[in-house]
Parts: sequence; C-alpha cells; structure tokens
Amino acid sequence: MASKTSTTPDTRVSLPGLAIKNPIMTASGTFGYGLEFASFGKLEDLGGIVVKGLSLKPRAGNPMERIAESPCGMLNAIGLQNIGVERFLEEKLPALPHEETAIVANLYACDAAEFGELAQALAADARLAALEVNVSCPNVAAGGQAFGQDPAQAAAVTRAVKDAAGSMPVIVKLSPNVADITMVARAVADAGADMLTCINTLLGMAVDLKTRRPRLANVVGGLSGPAIKPVALRCVWQVSQAVDIPVIGVGGISTAADVLEFILAGAHAVQIGTANFMRPDTVFHIVEELPALMSTYGVTHLDELRGTLQV
Amino acid sequence: MSSKKAPTYMRNIKCQELTVLDVVPFGQTLSEVTHCFALRLENPGWERWRPGQFVMVRHPSFGLELIWGRAFSISRMASSGLSLFIQTYGRGTKRLSESLPGEKVTVWGPLGNGFAVQDKRTLMLAGGIGLAPFLAYAEAHPSPNKLELIFGHRLPLETYPFENAKNLVPEMTARSFHEQTPEDLPKFLEMVDEAVQRYADGGLILACGPTPFLRAIKKMAAEHGAMAQLSLENKMGCGVGACLGCVVTDDKGENVQVCSKGPVFWAHKIEL
Ligand SMILES: Cc1cc2nc3c(=O)[nH]c(=O)nc-3n(C[C@H](O)[C@H](O)[C@H](O)COP(=O)(O)OP(=O)(O)OC[C@H]3O[C@@H](n4cnc5c(N)ncnc54)[C@H](O)[C@@H]3O)c2cc1C
Ligand SMILES: Cc1cc2nc3c(=O)[nH]c(=O)nc-3n(C[C@H](O)[C@H](O)[C@H](O)COP(=O)(O)O)c2cc1C
Ligand code: FES
Repeated sequence: MASKTSTTPDTRVSLPGLAIKNPIMTASGTFGYGLEFASFGKLEDLGGIVVKGLSLKPRAGNPMERIAESPCGMLNAIGLQNIGVERFLEEKLPALPHEETAIVANLYACDAAEFGELAQALAADARLAALEVNVSCPNVAAGGQAFGQDPAQAAAVTRAVKDAAGSMPVIVKLSPNVADITMVARAVADAGADMLTCINTLLGMAVDLKTRRPRLANVVGGLSGPAIKPVALRCVWQVSQAVDIPVIGVGGISTAADVLEFILAGAHAVQIGTANFMRPDTVFHIVEELPALMSTYGVTHLDELRGTLQV
Repeated sequence: MSSKKAPTYMRNIKCQELTVLDVVPFGQTLSEVTHCFALRLENPGWERWRPGQFVMVRHPSFGLELIWGRAFSISRMASSGLSLFIQTYGRGTKRLSESLPGEKVTVWGPLGNGFAVQDKRTLMLAGGIGLAPFLAYAEAHPSPNKLELIFGHRLPLETYPFENAKNLVPEMTARSFHEQTPEDLPKFLEMVDEAVQRYADGGLILACGPTPFLRAIKKMAAEHGAMAQLSLENKMGCGVGACLGCVVTDDKGENVQVCSKGPVFWAHKIEL
C-alpha cells in the first residue's frame, strides 16, 4: 500500500463515457427519484443517482405486503411500481442536479424490443448520464426465468439497448441468482455493455408462523442490506476478473470502509441501497467520510487500490 | 444540511440525533410488564409541524441488525421537548423502551401530512395506541371545546395517556371504552357509529388505530355521509416516500405512499 500523504485524496473516477466526482452512487429503487432525499444532504455532492426502475408505461406494482425485515436485511417485492418514462422526464428529471451529478436511468422491460424502445426514449435526453439495464423480469417465454439468468437472453437485451442508446453508456445490472455469474457477465460484455452493476437482490422469502402465511403477498422477494454484502463482494471480485469492462459494486454497503473493500475487490464505483433506509443521510455521510478514510489507508487515488486484493 | 432543490414538502424535514430526556412507563401496575411508555426527547427545533405527522426513530442498538427506523406519531411538542407514546410491540420498540436518559437516538421528521385543523365540531376516534396523535391535535386546536374524543382500548386504561389528554385539554369531551372480550367490540362500534352519525352534518371526524377499526369507520362515514380522515399505520421502510413499501390504493387506482402522501387520508379517497 502507498505511503501516507498529506494531499487531499482524489476521489474522482473515470468510467466509459462518464466521469464522476466520487465513486458513490445511490442504488435503483432505494433513493426514489432522488428528490425524496434532498433535505438530508446536497444531491450534487453524490457521484451519481440511479433512479427507481422505469418502464415505458406507469406500473402499479405488486399488492401489499411488499416489504419484510430480516436479520441485517430486508425483503422487497415492490414489483417495479413507477411513474413511467414520460412523467419521469417531465416531472422529476428537471429538478435533479444533472449537471453536477450523473443521473442514471434504470430500465425495466419484458422483451428486447420494449427495452430498445425504452432506451431510445431515455437516451434522447442529454440530462441523463447513462442507462442501467435491469434484466430481472421473469420472462414467460423462458418459463418464468429472469432474462438475467440466461446468458443468451441477457446478451440479446444488451444488444437491443446498445443499438438504441447511441452514445449514451449502457450499464447492465446482474442478478446473483445464477450458478455462475461470470457466464452472464461475459455474455453481456461481449454484447457491448460498457459497464456492469453487481448485484441485484437475492431471491428469498419470509414466513409468519402465527398466520402460517408468507409475509410478502408475492410470496418471494429480493433480499438486500448488510446481510448480502459477502455475496456482493464475491460477485464483484469474480466478475471484475472475468471481464475487461468496469464493475459497479452494490449490496449491503453502509460505510466508507465498505466502499473501499469493494474497490479493493475490483469495483470502479459503488451504489448504496438499503443503507439509505437505515438513515436517510447515510449516502451523504459516506461521501463526506471517504477522503479521510482513503488518507488513513494511504490511498491518494482510487486507481491505486482497485483490484489489488491479494489472494 | 439543505438543498435548494428540495421540493417544498421535503424542505422542512431533518435527520438528527436527539438526546433522550427520559422514558416514562405507563400502566406499570402489578406486573413488571410495561406495555406502553412515553419517550421524551429534546426539542428537535423544527420550524413547522402539524398534529398527525410522525417521525422515524432508531436507537443505536439497532446497529446493522434492525434495518428500518420505527414510525411514531408526534404525540406532544413543547419547548421542553418532543414526546412519543409507544406501545412495546416487537424488537424495535423493546429496545426503545430500554433507552436511558442522555443517550442519543436518530430521528427524522416531521414526516407526512397531518390532520386537518378546522374550526368546527370535531370527533376524534382513537383505537389503542392510535390515541397518540390526538394529544397533539387537541392541544394545538384553536377551539378545544368543539372536540370530542372516543377512545377504545384493550389494555387497562392507565396503560395509555388518556388521563393526560383530559388534563391537558379539559375543554374537550372525552370518553373511553374498555374492550375486555371480543363480544365488547360490536358494542364499541355501535357507540362509534352513533357518534359518526352525529358528526355527519357539518362536522369533521378523525380516526387513528388498527386497520380493521379504520375500515369500520370508513364504512360508517360513507353510510352517514360524514367527512372523515383516517391515519394509516402501514409498515414503513424509509418513511420518506422512496421505497414504495407502504403504499395504499387511492380512488384513482394509483398506489400512493402512506408515509409521504399520508399517513392521514380522507376516508373516501382510499381503498382499505
Ligand atoms: C405513521 C405511523 C405512526 C405510528 N405511531 C405510533 C405511535 O405513536 N405509537 C406506537 O406505539 N406505535 C405507532 N406506530 C406503530 C409502530 O411503528 C410499530 O408498532 C413499530 O414499528 C413496531 O416495531 P417493533 O420493532 O417493535 O416490532 P417488530 O414486530 O419487530 O417490527 C417488525 C417490522 O414491522 C413494522 N411494524 C410492526 N408493527 C407495525 C405497525 N403496527 N405499524 C407499522 N409498522 C409496524 C416495524 O416497523 C418493523 O419494521 C405507528 C406506525 C405508523 C406507520
Ligand atoms: C425497495 C427496493 C427496491 C428496488 N428496486 C429496484 C429497481 O427498481 N431496479 C433495480 O435494478 N434494482 C432495484 N433494487 C435493488 C437495489 O438497487 C440493489 O441492487 C440491492 O438492494 C442490493 O443493494 P443494497 O444491499 O445496498 O440494498 C431495489 C431494492 C430495494 C430494497
Ligand atoms: S416507507 Fe418507504 S415509501 Fe413509505
């Protein structure tokens, strides 16, 4: 590790087609459309904001109960409730600090053509910095399995979005619910993805012994929070070794130390998700604490630390 | 910290560490069990707040284990501090009941919208710990002589801040009903129904309590043509409208966040 210096550490990160002032972004679905957190810190201090997953038309999402707490984590089956791309662009995007912070749209559709249409609508708006593709829709044609679990389908979706996105960088968000995450990662990278996000939630469930029923109306839901950090770290490490494109780490990060651990494991940037619920100012604190923590470990630029894990 | 870009409904919200002044047990009569307690915190220094709004609270012992804050109605706000009335229910409220004076808890608020304050005959219907917001409401009301409180409860009366409410606002009419057996429930609902009818003509009805109770009141208000506001208690992840875990379906068929669009809704504007 580099020796301790007295200069202020440089937190800037340069990603394909996207330069951010620090590696801290918020994770889709955990930060609303950004404005919900505007009174807890300066949104423009964040490296990036990934907004709630958008679909072409507004979606009502799943019935209640949609969330359940579990040890060090939570389950959610929100069902991608969102206001749709049109209302997002009209009502939310103008108020976001898109000149200072990378505003990333998270996309959700149920077939490659619809993904392309959505990507086209979003990529036309220069206020957006990148697109993040959520490939977790259970695909009926493939027997209810998510796109993200099948390398060929994930690649097809990636190609459709790339073709429609023009020069806007495309990030594909991978699911950990697969036997070998590097297979999907390679397929998606070969299909032209500019970056990968690792990981989406882990499939889980919670039951209520008193009522003898599942706690979520949808029966199963996605597990997130500190409980999944070890899985996320493992995925980031494996994927960053398997592909040549940058990886954005997400899963259970709640402190600046967690951020540096993910970078050590190979991540270029990170996203903060469930920790935003633990305290609504968490992400702002992490941004504030990162430079001092870098100094503590003698890191002057994140490039020095990235992927240097000794195994 | 504040941002110039915060939408108006958010500008007023703060996340802060507040010192615990004390924990006052209620209903600690014979057994050692304290079902309910008042958690008194230092004054958060909010510029504005309204009765019916709530806060999210975390005790440091939640650590990484209890993910969400816990939602509590603002029960009293005075220059001396903020009081929450809490019923010990599960792990989070248990830990809060064990807080010690001088400890800091994390609080974000004031959240959501509040009850309408109108200078007309107002009926407050409280079920159990649903009494909590009505102390603040009665104290803040410009004409407390126009207020009537009906309080239904299962635990002994001294478990709840009912006497406090009466002492704080002696001008209001207050009745309590102890539901000791399941057979008592229809009797209580009959009493509530009779009252709802009395307020149908130009009055205002406010209710807070368990969902079945609110559902019954929604039905009564519709039958008698009364204007009623209900305060919902959905499970909350974030408290600020971001996670979409707490939604209720409104009259347009849209799922709206109870934490930021509520917790108080006009009864006829939501499906329950
Ligand atoms: C707007 C609002 C105002 C409230 N005001 C008060 C109040 O003034 N006094 C009071 O005693 N209680 C109030 N509640 C209920 C209180 O939030 C729950 O009793 C508390 O969260 C239970 O937490 P626990 O950890 O003890 O229970 P656990 O069973 O361990 O909690 C499990 C999860 O379920 C949630 N939960 C459980 N019960 C409820 C419930 N009834 N309502 C909402 N979430 C629940 C918890 O937040 C937690 O995330 C209010 C709830 C809401 C939404
Ligand atoms: C309530 C909730 C909603 C989410 N919604 C989305 C979404 O719309 N799109 C998406 O790609 N991921 C979504 N996620 C997954 C998160 O972005 C993130 O990948 C996951 O929660 C793991 O990170 P964490 O442990 O830091 O929360 C959601 C997660 C939660 C908890
Ligand atoms: S609690 Fe998160 S949206 Fe209401």
